[in-house]
Amino acid sequence: MTRNHQLMAAGLHLGYAEREIVTDLNLTVPAGKLTVIVGANACGKSTLLRGLARLLQPSRGAVYLDGKPIHQMPTREVATLLGVLPQSPIAPEAITVADLVGRGRYPHQGWFRRWTSEDDAAVAQALSATDMAAFADRPVDELSGGQRQRVWIAMALAQQTDLLLLDEPTTFLDINHQVEVLDLLTDLVKTGGRTVVVVLHDLNLACRYADHIVAMKSGTIIAEGQPNEIITEAVVHDVFHLTAHILRDPVSNTPLIIPVGRHHVAKVTAR
Amino acid sequence: MLGLPGLAMALLAVAILSLTTGARAIPYDMVWSAFFSFDPAATEHRIIWDLRLPRTLVGLLVGAALGLAGAVLQGATRNPLADPSILGINSGAALFVVVGVAVFGITQLTTYVWLAFIGAGAAMLVVYSIAALGREGATPIKLALAGAAMTAVMQAIINAILLTSPRTLDEVRFWQVGSLAGRSMDIALQVSPFILAGAALAFLTARLLDGLSMGEDVARSLGQRIGLTRGLAGLAAVILAGAAVSAAGPIAFVGLTVPHVARAITGPSYRWILPYSMLMAPILLLGADVVGRVISPPGEVQVGIVTAFLGAPFFIALVRRRKLAAL
Amino acid sequence: MTILSLETIAIVRRQRLSHARRVTFGLLSALLLACTAAMLLGDFPVPALDVVQSLFSPLTGSANRSVDFIVLQVRLPRLCLALLSGAAFGLSGIIFQTLLRNPLASPDIIGIAHGASAAAVFCIIILGWSGLSVSLGAFAGAMLTALAIYLLAWRNGVTAYRVVLIGIATAAMLSAVISYLFTRARLFEVQQAMAWLVGSLNAARPEDSIVLATMLVLVLPLLLALVRGLDGLELGDDTAYALGTRVEITRLGLMLVGVALAAFATAAVGPVGFVAFVSGPIARRLMGGAGRGVPQAALVGALVMLASDLAAQHALASVQLPTGVVTGGFGAAFLIWLLIASGRSGRVN
Repeated sequence: MTRNHQLMAAGLHLGYAEREIVTDLNLTVPAGKLTVIVGANACGKSTLLRGLARLLQPSRGAVYLDGKPIHQMPTREVATLLGVLPQSPIAPEAITVADLVGRGRYPHQGWFRRWTSEDDAAVAQALSATDMAAFADRPVDELSGGQRQRVWIAMALAQQTDLLLLDEPTTFLDINHQVEVLDLLTDLVKTGGRTVVVVLHDLNLACRYADHIVAMKSGTIIAEGQPNEIITEAVVHDVFHLTAHILRDPVSNTPLIIPVGRHHVAKVTAR
Repeated sequence: MLGLPGLAMALLAVAILSLTTGARAIPYDMVWSAFFSFDPAATEHRIIWDLRLPRTLVGLLVGAALGLAGAVLQGATRNPLADPSILGINSGAALFVVVGVAVFGITQLTTYVWLAFIGAGAAMLVVYSIAALGREGATPIKLALAGAAMTAVMQAIINAILLTSPRTLDEVRFWQVGSLAGRSMDIALQVSPFILAGAALAFLTARLLDGLSMGEDVARSLGQRIGLTRGLAGLAAVILAGAAVSAAGPIAFVGLTVPHVARAITGPSYRWILPYSMLMAPILLLGADVVGRVISPPGEVQVGIVTAFLGAPFFIALVRRRKLAAL
Repeated sequence: MTILSLETIAIVRRQRLSHARRVTFGLLSALLLACTAAMLLGDFPVPALDVVQSLFSPLTGSANRSVDFIVLQVRLPRLCLALLSGAAFGLSGIIFQTLLRNPLASPDIIGIAHGASAAAVFCIIILGWSGLSVSLGAFAGAMLTALAIYLLAWRNGVTAYRVVLIGIATAAMLSAVISYLFTRARLFEVQQAMAWLVGSLNAARPEDSIVLATMLVLVLPLLLALVRGLDGLELGDDTAYALGTRVEITRLGLMLVGVALAAFATAAVGPVGFVAFVSGPIARRLMGGAGRGVPQAALVGALVMLASDLAAQHALASVQLPTGVVTGGFGAAFLIWLLIASGRSGRVN
């Protein structure tokens, strides 16, 4: 597997029907890093991810994978380089975990190439990594929401692509599994040398795990860079309309956002 | 947006049209005098009272019942294809009528009503029992499959009878289209208590269906009893659809499509979908009946046929134009 | 974190494979049994040995001309036509049900069978046609209806939901056409049309099977090329794209295959009810998640058709029922049994 494929967006406009959601956006995804996209609801972060993953045709501008416009590349070829976990995938009735994860091997199989031990290995690795090994022969319908989410992540992992794009992979997960998933993605970056882009809700986890953080508001990028450099009280206020203090995360020494609400404010601090 | 008052006005207009239009056109003032200064000697007055008014009333009742039944069934099964014909209600009614005609030589419309009603109820009961067997109970998918399977069984028996008994085929081919022609006041009176009760029950379940539309888990977490919701909704649907099919024969298209149109206007809440469906369905049905009376004089085209021809293109246009919400 | 070894996952997969094999083997055995019965049973009793001898008579020369006629010109063509049309219906059904992600969305619900039926009834009642020309009319009706549904559902691509809704609207309209023609025709014509609508193998000739087999052979390569696409499409359009499926072209191709299969089979035996509808759910429930069940659905379709035809011929001593009367009952009974069985044990495995 050749490492460090380059994914970038230039002058990208994305939208549905008449409504434009992402306007004139430029982004270069740093190779071999974990990039996290954050922003308030409806800021266009999922739309951007869909655009980057060629699931949405841009109305103007383009996304380039290794310098080639991604929408003009054969989708099968893209699928061997770039994996996506969409937000609401559909599980067919009665499908088993192993079978669903095995579907991630689709782009690696041809008309004449049958299932091989390499595919088995990929599925086994994906299931182990997501801690779903014990459920391999269970039907997906019988799993909890969090377990199901991990099965879908496992499917994207089984695709074994250099680039991996995930839309809110930690939704529905317990805190321990959230951390596990993000640790896992970090492993993929650190030891696997992969490039990962994640849309996340939790700002603190985003700051801790991101090598590169992208803050979005109304379809454009407000700030991007290392969390330590760009996540300031002003940016948080701008992106989320939220007054907050920023401390140092005692574990990771990254920004730790402490929201200030209307209640339970013991020490009124000037701002 | 039309709004409920607008729909009610439209319904009234169609009902008046239904009183004035037919093989013999009757002017509005004559309709007025038929109601307020009835003269038994005037032919027009007799036509109004003996033919047009019962026909219009049956159309109103059947239309409302079909619209409500369709909406409730789609909500309870969360399947956009659910309608009385898929869940076996129509074929149950048809089976009993066919057996009644073939075996007992019944040819009275008023007797058809009871046969069809019992048939519809029996079919729905069997479908529900099959679907309810087993650990997870009557899930939507099992209901739909069981309904379609029972429809297949009953249709097979119907076909066997119709193929071997030309007399029954001749009798039933007209009933099977779905028509309002020749419906007497007796029929309206026969079915109205059922339709009123069914409608009341349907409106009672509206709030429950809203909960169910967010998924079973959410509904359960809101404190709902899923089985009870489905049971009540199913009961309402079978009473309404059974009464409708017994009064006018199997009219398949109304119950299926009107709720989709209503949903496109009102959004996903059943508290609005139900009243809209209840008003829009009879507009479609009576409007189609009026068109059927004038389209090929001197004969008439049955309402079941016209409904499909008017409704289907409109429905297709709607599906294409709007992004219809999935259930 | 449990580390899953390569061996474990291979075992899990092999278990599913062997389950799939058991299902396939079971269905094949049942089919073989039904085939044997179909060759042996009949009004004119023929000993088993003579049947076998007759089957080889084109090679070895005829021993008994009348037995050869019964075996080669009556029973064998009927058997072949049942197998081929049943398999075609079954495949068509599971393709549409999987593609549209709705177990109700078989071609006999979403309007394709209605297109064939309306066209055939028009040919019989208005044009006064019969025989092969009605079959051709039905085929054209099915293809045109499918084309209309696809074009009407197209708006920056096709969604499963739009196809289903436009399909049922089309179905309702075409049913109305049939009903209208029924009320306008003379009873004799209605009876003829009714007989065609129910569908039957009573008039099976050797040529029918040869034509149908040729058509299936032409369509199957396309199906084999595209069937893997179902794996992705089943998971939703986004996931399918993400996995590298060419969504629109694959879906169009699969629909074309599904429509062609249904149309060929309908032209051959009439719109025999519910074979397409029940085969998919039955196959899937038998498989219990051990695969797509596409080939198994073909086997189920063939089995339902053949067993129904046997019942139609021999259940009542006095009359031969048309096959279509029985398929509905037979297939439905099978499905109901599965619904009940799967409920009891939690799931079928």
